[in-house]
Amino acid sequence: MKVTLFATCLVDMFQSNVGKATVELLERLGCEIIFPESQVCCGQPAYNSGYVRESKEAMKRMIRTFQNAEYVVSPSGSCVAMFKEYPHIFKEDHEWGLLAQQLAEKTYELTQFIVDVLHIEDVGAQLNGKATYHTSCHMTRLLGVKSAPMILLNNVKGLEYTELPGKEQCCGFGGTFSVKMAQISEQMVDEKVTHVEETGADYLIGADAGCMMNIGGRIDRTGKPIKVMHIAEVLNSR
Amino acid sequence: MTMKIGTGDFKERVDQGIHDSFMRGAVAGAQERMGTRRNDAAEELGNWEDWRSHGEEIRQHVLEHLDYYLQQLSENIASRGGHVFFAQTGEEANQYIQDVVKRKNAKKVVKAKSMVTEEIALNDCLKQAGCEVIETDLGEYILQVDDHDPPSHIVVPALHKNKEQIRDVFAERLGYQKTSKPEELAGHARLKLREEFLSADIGITGCNFAVAETGSFSLVTNEGNADLVTALPKTQITVMGMERLVPTFEELEVLVSLLTRSAVGQKLTSYITVLTGPREEFDVDGPEEFHLVIVDNGRSQILGGEFQSILQCIRCAACINTCPVYRHVGGHSYGSIYSGPIGAVLSPLLGGYEDYKELPYASTLCGACTDVCPVKIPLHQLLHKHRQNIVENTGQAPISEKLAMKAFGLGAASPSLYKLGSKIAPAAMNPFTQGDKIKKGPGPLKAWTEIRDFPAPNKERFRDWYKNRDKGGNQ
Ligand code: SF4
Repeated sequence: MKVTLFATCLVDMFQSNVGKATVELLERLGCEIIFPESQVCCGQPAYNSGYVRESKEAMKRMIRTFQNAEYVVSPSGSCVAMFKEYPHIFKEDHEWGLLAQQLAEKTYELTQFIVDVLHIEDVGAQLNGKATYHTSCHMTRLLGVKSAPMILLNNVKGLEYTELPGKEQCCGFGGTFSVKMAQISEQMVDEKVTHVEETGADYLIGADAGCMMNIGGRIDRTGKPIKVMHIAEVLNSR
Repeated sequence: MTMKIGTGDFKERVDQGIHDSFMRGAVAGAQERMGTRRNDAAEELGNWEDWRSHGEEIRQHVLEHLDYYLQQLSENIASRGGHVFFAQTGEEANQYIQDVVKRKNAKKVVKAKSMVTEEIALNDCLKQAGCEVIETDLGEYILQVDDHDPPSHIVVPALHKNKEQIRDVFAERLGYQKTSKPEELAGHARLKLREEFLSADIGITGCNFAVAETGSFSLVTNEGNADLVTALPKTQITVMGMERLVPTFEELEVLVSLLTRSAVGQKLTSYITVLTGPREEFDVDGPEEFHLVIVDNGRSQILGGEFQSILQCIRCAACINTCPVYRHVGGHSYGSIYSGPIGAVLSPLLGGYEDYKELPYASTLCGACTDVCPVKIPLHQLLHKHRQNIVENTGQAPISEKLAMKAFGLGAASPSLYKLGSKIAPAAMNPFTQGDKIKKGPGPLKAWTEIRDFPAPNKERFRDWYKNRDKGGNQ
């Protein structure tokens, strides 16, 4: 199966390990990976800040980039949710609206793709230790992907899973919110880190680069002995 | 703007909120309690999503035919001998009510809880007319006794206070000498309020929903105070927001069910009262004179526009009770009697961007509010619409941000610029980098790195790795 990878700008620039793990994992599961060089950012940072006009240029670029793909897969729920929003954003533009719709329909978040399209629930991964999982807001609420990550994690050998208290609460990232409303963001991420600590987990697993940068950044700053891992890295551990 | 509360700018208010550990404890506890109760009550109904859709349909239908239902309501009230006044502004509403007070030569008004009267600052206006106003909802009463502390929540106005603080307020202002047990505190307030009910000239209430077909209005409470407000005084005035009505009792049932479950996690509240006009010949109680004041105050401007769905709101506060931002900053930070997600959408509409331009940004757009709203208002999308408006139409967005976003537009649309940018990023960030972390970043990263580390850009980007790997042919 041919899979076109939408790596996301954060992964491309800051978390290349997540990109690598995604490629290796999908290849191991029998996919052929295509990575179009012309991909940029999905436009979310500008769009969410209210700069709709500016963000549309990036969106058009992405629509073109993935136009001929069969499946588009991305290791980030929030960015996939943004692709799903494109048809709504271009609804008054017939030509782009149609293309946006096609892109939205063939785009999947990584775990969703593995479970719903590849129909694989056990990827044969192994990671020893205690873990908890952060359910990102955009991934669960906007995209509606809730069970796929849990199904896959439950089948990772050696991993002891504990549910995160207050798991539905936002970590305080929110893109530019994290710097615009830094004071409030701090309170939110602190509460999240406290909850992670309460689980006694060795690993905090997530599926969204933004949230992980936020929670991970706070964990590092406060010197907590918790390793933050993307679910692609966990599923690629053997 | 009369719905405005507190002093200082948004940042100062937030700072105050964040450092108020009593308030934060009270709010976090309440959010957890109310959240769990709401979830249980929704689950118990079985098909909650169907109920939400039904609620949404009812509210949308009413808004689409608002003029028709308002007229029907007015005619039905008039035919039973009630008076209806349509106030375009808060001042008009206050003036009308003040006139009634003067005509009746009223000295004391008892009030049931009403957000719309807070919105138009009715109490201040009544006081100016020389009339004593007594709030009879326990929460509102506490705030009134505490030197008119403003409400911080639309359903539980004194949410920001814990019981020890309430005991202290009562001790200081009312000579209260008992403990901080809720029953004892409530008992004390009840004793005080009973005298007030008996001696009041006018009763003023809000309105949860009016029923157009019968000319009735409903009040949903847990304390029963609203029943005394409507039963004892000779004159009654009900103030309602223009959009708060339903066609018939059938729709009332659906909305009340959504309201009580969403607001307090109850199947029904202790009292749900439906009243129709003034007392009739064989009624044992009720007012001799009845006035309904319908308040527009900016609502007809919202109608028909891109924010119309916010008028579907039934003021249940479920969005507030789930909001992670409200949780940490409390209601007073919003600077408006309408706080939380509903407040962040509604306050700029009713009060203008000048005063409320920060509120739409006080959200991570996490969507928790949209998820719980019983009438499916897309709250996080409306917050985003505000942001777009502020950027495109008000000129209030900071210049530096505008420039950055323009650069973003250029960079993100052009793969070669993007590639170049991401390639030189590690070198550009080098002076700030320690190991693989940035601990003290420049520009917008400054605020980020004050509390957290930021990852240093990868020297080998993902795309470089992919390309090299391709070349190596080890696929
Ligand atoms: S916006 Fe929705 S959830 Fe919030 S108060 Fe109104 S009806 Fe309730």
